[in-house]
Amino acid sequence: MKFDLRNNKDFLAGLLFIVIGGLAVVIARDYPMGSTMRMGPGYFPMVLGGLLCLFGVYVLGRGLRSGEKVKGEWGWKPLALIALSIVLFGFLMDRLGIVPALVVMFFVGAAAGREFRFKEVLLLTVLMSAFAAGVFVYGLKLPYPLFPGVWWTS
Amino acid sequence: MDILNNLVLGFSVAFSLQNLAYCLIGVALGTLVGVLPGIGPLVTIAMLFPLTFHLPAVPALIMLAGIYYGAQYGGSTTSILVNLPGETASAVTCLDGYQMARQGRAGPALAIAAIASFVAGCIGVLLIALVGPALGEWALAFGAAEYTSLMLMALVASAVMTQGDAVKGLAMVVLGLLLGIVGTDVNSGMARYSFGVPELTDGIGFTVVAVGLFAVAEIVVNLESKEAREVFTGKIASLMPSAKDLSDSSWPMVRGTAVGAFFGVLPGTGPALSSFAAYMLEKKIARDPSRFGRGAIEGVAAPEAANNAAAQTAFIPMLTLGLPASATMALMLAAMTMQGIEPGPQVMITKPELFWGVIASMWIGNLLLVILNLPLVGVWVRLLRVPYRWLFPSIIMFCSLGNYSVNNNPVDVYLVAVVGVLGYVLAKLECEPAPLILGYVLGPLMEEYLRRALLLSRGDPTVFFTRPISLAFMVATIFILFVMIAPALRKNQQT
Repeated sequence: MKFDLRNNKDFLAGLLFIVIGGLAVVIARDYPMGSTMRMGPGYFPMVLGGLLCLFGVYVLGRGLRSGEKVKGEWGWKPLALIALSIVLFGFLMDRLGIVPALVVMFFVGAAAGREFRFKEVLLLTVLMSAFAAGVFVYGLKLPYPLFPGVWWTS
Repeated sequence: MDILNNLVLGFSVAFSLQNLAYCLIGVALGTLVGVLPGIGPLVTIAMLFPLTFHLPAVPALIMLAGIYYGAQYGGSTTSILVNLPGETASAVTCLDGYQMARQGRAGPALAIAAIASFVAGCIGVLLIALVGPALGEWALAFGAAEYTSLMLMALVASAVMTQGDAVKGLAMVVLGLLLGIVGTDVNSGMARYSFGVPELTDGIGFTVVAVGLFAVAEIVVNLESKEAREVFTGKIASLMPSAKDLSDSSWPMVRGTAVGAFFGVLPGTGPALSSFAAYMLEKKIARDPSRFGRGAIEGVAAPEAANNAAAQTAFIPMLTLGLPASATMALMLAAMTMQGIEPGPQVMITKPELFWGVIASMWIGNLLLVILNLPLVGVWVRLLRVPYRWLFPSIIMFCSLGNYSVNNNPVDVYLVAVVGVLGYVLAKLECEPAPLILGYVLGPLMEEYLRRALLLSRGDPTVFFTRPISLAFMVATIFILFVMIAPALRKNQQT
């Protein structure tokens, strides 16, 4: 028996299932259950939440017994940078337009890679922004500004 | 002859200039992603999914289908030339294909792989045309109870047969069903699990889940490990296989097709398992099994036929029953739903041009793939040199921009990041995403059928066991569960 649970694969998976399942059940308690014949909106989610907790308990228990570790390292840095680049893109897309949003996205996203070569990223950004503007704004005629206040005029 | 008329209709649809063009785009993109490691057909379909909203239904489906089976062709090219499967279904082809390439027989290996894929593809298309309508007609008699048990069977099977752990697979199915529930309940109009976010009352978009789970999570997994790629430097002398190569591989092709066609319709198995099974079968019945792994041509022909046949027959349950057998098929099903087509047996009757047009386009696509792959193999090989550090930001761009364009709403993009983080954590904990996506797609449908079935039976749950077809599905479900539990119990007794 090994009690390092921080990297115990099945323990963490089970815990995740129990947390999500438990949350689903707690929230579903506010929805009308109804009867088996006339199910309310709370019936199906309640059953699913309970099932997920059950599976979670089983997986968690197995993890405690086997103590198997997560394979490889956790890639928190690339994960954070990729997620950040996506969020920033959404935020800027809504406020500034397609080109600034993509520039920020490419530079933050590319930093998640193993190598960051400034010139390459710059070239990639220019090419892909032009491509994206061509496909989405010109081709599909979606109403996005290129830069703040600058629209595609044909 | 109904089938003949239908096929004529199908080909007339598929041969229109617009549909031919989308078929070509689809198979070319499919080959491209099949060749590039680290980006599979699932990611590509997920990525291009929002774009298809702007297309009519038939070309959209033709293109998505082309990407799917095109990737099976492209994957074999890299397996043979650089010992790197472009995607999982071609992993087995590495064993003998790469050995053939090292012996200077890369050309015949590629040719046999393409011919095997083409033969299997043709038979697969024919099977869909023959089996599809019969299955669809049978399914017209299904009521709510039958659909509920059928979906239950498919979900359990997908959880159990997926690679990795069966209990985790079941948990992922349930998690997917829960994700599918988010949004407004159609019966009561009540918003469930929306956490006060107005965008969530419409549910989590399908493209959001697909892209987050498959593209974002996979990119992060790829980035945490080392990038190592061997570049093929040898020349491909001649593509022509000898007469002996052809005769040696003709039966393995047929057997591979049969194996693949069978596994293709089973939920949760898909091309990867079928190519593996076909390889094992050839090895077992070979007169000299030791040749395998040293460049046996049967070891290329059988799995390549199998994965392509499976890719085709997977369309049968999806098109006729509205039941996806794999994550990719779940994406196709969602694409249909987004186009306003309610999947199920009635598709064949109400939209014959869609059903038969897509099938006919698959045959055309298979032909296009042979032309694209053999003479142009040099071009595809050169693409292997594109470094991943250029690819992944571009993939992220398509995912984010594509999802933004669905509703012009940044909340969808934020959700991609959230689902991506969840997907990465699940991937690290070795929880397969495929059962989750199946559950997510089938969730709302299953709840609806379950409610209807129980309403009709006045709350009597035995309805699932008293109707004969439903009973058959239930027995199958219990059988699958039993098969899964049996080895686990035996292991527990030993320890």
